Amino acid sequence: MVKTRLSVVDVNLCVGCQCCMFACSRRFGAGGLSKTAILIRSAGGIERGFIVQVCRACEDPPCASVCPTDALKLRSGGGVLLDAAKCIGCRLCVEACTVEAVLWDSESDKPMICVHCGLCVQACPYGVLELSRGV
Amino acid sequence: MPLRRARTLERCITVIERDPIQKVLYVDLTRRRFWIEERADLFEKYIGGSGVAIKLLLEECRKGADPLGPDNPIIFAAGPLNCIFPMASKTVAMFKSPLTGNLGESHAGGRSGIALRSAGLGALVIKGASDIPIYLSIHDGKVSFRDARVLWGMRSSYTVGRVIRERESSAGLRTIMRIGRAGENLVRYACVITETYRHFGRLGLGAVFGSKKLKAVTIAGTNNIQVRDIKEYKQLYQEIFTLETTAPALKKYHDIGTPMNLIPLNKIQALPAYNLKQASLDKVEAISGENLAKNYLGRRVSCGHCPVSCIHLAALREPYEKEPYFYKTTMISYDYEPIYALGTMLGITSPEGLLKLIDEVEVAGLDAMSCGVALAWATEAQENGLISNKAEGTITQLKWGDYNAYIKAVNYIVEQPNEFYKALAQGVEYAAAKYGSLEYALAFGGNEMPGYHTGPAAHIGYLTGARHSHLDSAGYSLDQKLLASKVSPTPSSVADTLFEEEAWRQILSTLVVCFFSREIYKPEVVQKALKVIGWDLSLDNLKSIGYEILALKHEFKRREGFNAETLRIPKRILETPTPHGKLDGMFIKDAVAKYFNRVQSIKA
Repeated sequence: MVKTRLSVVDVNLCVGCQCCMFACSRRFGAGGLSKTAILIRSAGGIERGFIVQVCRACEDPPCASVCPTDALKLRSGGGVLLDAAKCIGCRLCVEACTVEAVLWDSESDKPMICVHCGLCVQACPYGVLELSRGV
Repeated sequence: MPLRRARTLERCITVIERDPIQKVLYVDLTRRRFWIEERADLFEKYIGGSGVAIKLLLEECRKGADPLGPDNPIIFAAGPLNCIFPMASKTVAMFKSPLTGNLGESHAGGRSGIALRSAGLGALVIKGASDIPIYLSIHDGKVSFRDARVLWGMRSSYTVGRVIRERESSAGLRTIMRIGRAGENLVRYACVITETYRHFGRLGLGAVFGSKKLKAVTIAGTNNIQVRDIKEYKQLYQEIFTLETTAPALKKYHDIGTPMNLIPLNKIQALPAYNLKQASLDKVEAISGENLAKNYLGRRVSCGHCPVSCIHLAALREPYEKEPYFYKTTMISYDYEPIYALGTMLGITSPEGLLKLIDEVEVAGLDAMSCGVALAWATEAQENGLISNKAEGTITQLKWGDYNAYIKAVNYIVEQPNEFYKALAQGVEYAAAKYGSLEYALAFGGNEMPGYHTGPAAHIGYLTGARHSHLDSAGYSLDQKLLASKVSPTPSSVADTLFEEEAWRQILSTLVVCFFSREIYKPEVVQKALKVIGWDLSLDNLKSIGYEILALKHEFKRREGFNAETLRIPKRILETPTPHGKLDGMFIKDAVAKYFNRVQSIKA
């Protein structure tokens, strides 16, 4: 099985267009940003550039450790997969993620978990993101 | 069945049921209340953006209302393509202009359009006035009235942005629109700044904010927007996105940015300099986009949902004179228009001097274009001895190229310490009428001139455009096309071309897409894009809605006293040759009259 993993190549190339966020949300066929699992925000004002908040595909992820219902399962290759049926929307995973990469979908009241699919990589015109493939 | 057909014929549009765009949020600053009204009626008929905004303005603004009184509403409107398609990143603001006394309309990007639509809203109407300085924090359609007394009077607009950024949530998903001291002090061409480097620049929205003691508005939300056909949507998105990232027409904005035009316009003698005493400037290379990119460009940024990143920020590193080894590095946004207005018009060819002046204008929150044109007039008026220090109190001695004096003068415009600066803060038309010398006061319909002296079409566009902006009908572009094609324009041909362009641009600004993407959002593409999200409009529908919106804007203008027949043509534009030679005043008058005949005929 191919294990994909998303990473940030060079945050200084980011122009803050957020096309990655729209691409992520578009997976679900909707416009807007409510379903995005990646967040671009300014590093304290646009003059300082941007911060990319996205899952680092941890081998031992804190978000899974704190989940009280085992809704977050370790994903092969790093990161987690969400079993939405088990999730009670407690937001402990949001709190636990050191890099604040667990975003929230207020519509379903559940976390948006990055699946390392690489749609954001394709949408980035500036080469900020990269999808590596391991076995 | 017949009923259904009749409805389809009436107007081929159905707003998809779950689209929150039909929600209009009303905020009353006087009573500190807010409510939401479903206004599908407006969006079905006028799509969004400028179309919905002009209807709301006609509804909310009492005839003859004081532009700086509580009766003047501020309207922000998003469009159906915001959040859905790339480069649909703009918001339309409408209000009664304190500068011209009639239609106030200004567009800005940043994250404003995305945030407004994500907040589950199609438009925001701000009425009344607060008794103390406040700012509004709007999340998913809920409004909090926040104390802004401490922010009022703060020297720098950057600091205001920083404070609100840190106090409010939703980083990355919000817009923060704010004014500087210029808005607080009701300078008639004060702007509203959004996301630090974008502006609702023209026609004085900042002063309207100031008159309401409204320091800022922040908007955020997380609504999603359903589309009708997911597969078609994704496909069309990809097509548009690919065009936007590969189109040669967009490459110039992407690489050098809007200042790309500076050297070519200088070469053809179409670049206004020294208050348009000349149409070119020596040593202009020093402040060109090329030189700024080479020596100062520190970062490039983008509006929300736009892959182009036309926003160019210069990094200006300055030593502290009295503190060795102390430096400050300021990031300053530069574009063609500020380089024209604060650079060439004032004879400034020092890139560092120009950047410092642009920064000061940003700190104060002024429209760079109006400010530069006002200062250019003031310089010439001083040269001609029209303004005496004795009568007016101390006046800064303005001299072409002396950026330090201009930086001082910017602060005087904001502070208005004497009669002269009080007048200058009302706009160049007002100041020149007071002191004499209207012949070189470069304003059209009361709005200061944009940076194109390309030929008759540019000026006819400034005179006839509903906003008196070069972006209304792009006469500068028509002039250059005519030059290339060697076709001699007639008053009718110019009037017709400008009219059709302005009418179509109404549609672009209902969506609300950036005008830089106009070569991509052609009528067929617009129609397709609207269709995949559930809006069925024929090309004829689109065209007629464009005309209708333009007619409504002129209805508002006329209602507020605009008279096409008394439009002033500044004599200076007839004296300084353009690439089309010296302009003929009769030709311009004729074209203007023909243009307004077209406007009049819309209803018939």
